[in-house]
Amino acid sequence: MSEFFTDLGTALPRLVEEGLRDTLLSFLGGAVLMVLVAVLLGLATHQGPIWLRGISRAIVEFFRGTSLVVQLFFLFYALPTLTGVDLGSMWTAILALGLNYGAYGAEVVRGSLAAVPKGQWETATALSMPWATKIRRIIWPQAWALMLPGFNNLLVMLVKGTAVVGLVLLNDLTFESEQVRREVGTWPAFLAALIIYFLIALVVSGVLRVLERRAQRRLGLGDFGSQKERRTDDETDDAAPAHAGVA
Amino acid sequence: MFDSELFLEALPVLLKAFVEVTLVVTVLGSLLAAVLGLVWAIALRELPAAIGRPLRWVLDFIRMTPLPVHLLVVYYAFTQISPKTVGILVIGIHYSTYMAESYRSGIDSIRSGQWEAATALSLPRSRTWRAVILPQAIRNTLPSLGNWAIAMFKDTPFLIFISVPEMVTAARVFGGRNFSYIEAMTVAGLLFLLASYPTAVLMQKLEKKLAY
Repeated sequence: MSEFFTDLGTALPRLVEEGLRDTLLSFLGGAVLMVLVAVLLGLATHQGPIWLRGISRAIVEFFRGTSLVVQLFFLFYALPTLTGVDLGSMWTAILALGLNYGAYGAEVVRGSLAAVPKGQWETATALSMPWATKIRRIIWPQAWALMLPGFNNLLVMLVKGTAVVGLVLLNDLTFESEQVRREVGTWPAFLAALIIYFLIALVVSGVLRVLERRAQRRLGLGDFGSQKERRTDDETDDAAPAHAGVA
Repeated sequence: MFDSELFLEALPVLLKAFVEVTLVVTVLGSLLAAVLGLVWAIALRELPAAIGRPLRWVLDFIRMTPLPVHLLVVYYAFTQISPKTVGILVIGIHYSTYMAESYRSGIDSIRSGQWEAATALSLPRSRTWRAVILPQAIRNTLPSLGNWAIAMFKDTPFLIFISVPEMVTAARVFGGRNFSYIEAMTVAGLLFLLASYPTAVLMQKLEKKLAY
């Protein structure tokens, strides 16, 4: 037993030193792209003219319907031959993760926009606000508070999704834990990786909860609102995919 | 660029892998996940906190950590089990933690009057579950379970980590042999889309139909 903990003690720092960088980079890059894609596609599917709605709907369904690994391999193997552009491993991983999870995020954004009470839209129109002002000043602050729980779930999914980037030759935590396994054995090596992933997911989820509370306070929902939100959020911990319609 | 002959050549190869591995893993994995998920959901409600709380931690830990690492650890730790079986078991257990949450919200949506009525009729606890709570709860849960099954279907390429010859692995091998990945990867993507999109639409219809 004590030997197990010594092995775990050897595995943890080695994984942090050698694998954490690629995992974190692909997560951060993927997260930024995900939010960008989600907001653009979400706005387009909800607000765009009919043709734009159709196109963005098709993009969302395409990226949700084909598997992440397929997209990753397509970008990695097929894109260079098709276009002559070689993105390199890191950008390929970021692009695949961002587009895939961004498509799920677009559904979260669309759902949140649709959940802003109709009176808010109508009042803004009645005051003849320009479209951009209406979205920025009236709709977005309310939709933002609604979409954060969904983004929370998606970002935790994204943390777990980064485990595939080893397939395009990045030295991420999963890849490194397979290397470390040869020295310290199966359980300590992989348990160390799982613990690190778990901690990253906890931190991400915690940050998103702080953002959510802040967004609600700014809407004047105060502590009562955030408590209620938090409870319903806990109850439907995985509301994101259900929220997103098709997981 | 895009060789349509190679595309047609890849189609039967990938279809075979699709039927033999991807579908088998998805169907058996979903069944396992649906059964285990229900077990977790009931256990979390019925067991005393001394056992229930650690169980909750374990389920949360599994839910918040990546599937490929789970596959690898079981694959290396239990070498006597075949990789495909490892895949079914691990994917099934991983998704059972998601489905447990779906069942939980389904069970939570049952009004307390149902529980009280069952108590007032002094129905035994097991019969309350079987005849009163679950029939209503599962009806609410069904579409969500279906969505998880679709998500699982799209996660089966993770089996590449433990070298199970599922469809995407087959596509990669095919691409490597013919020095062109576009065709095989397009086939793989199309098959995923063709199988998952109609099922997803079906689930949405089911959801609307089952809603009270």
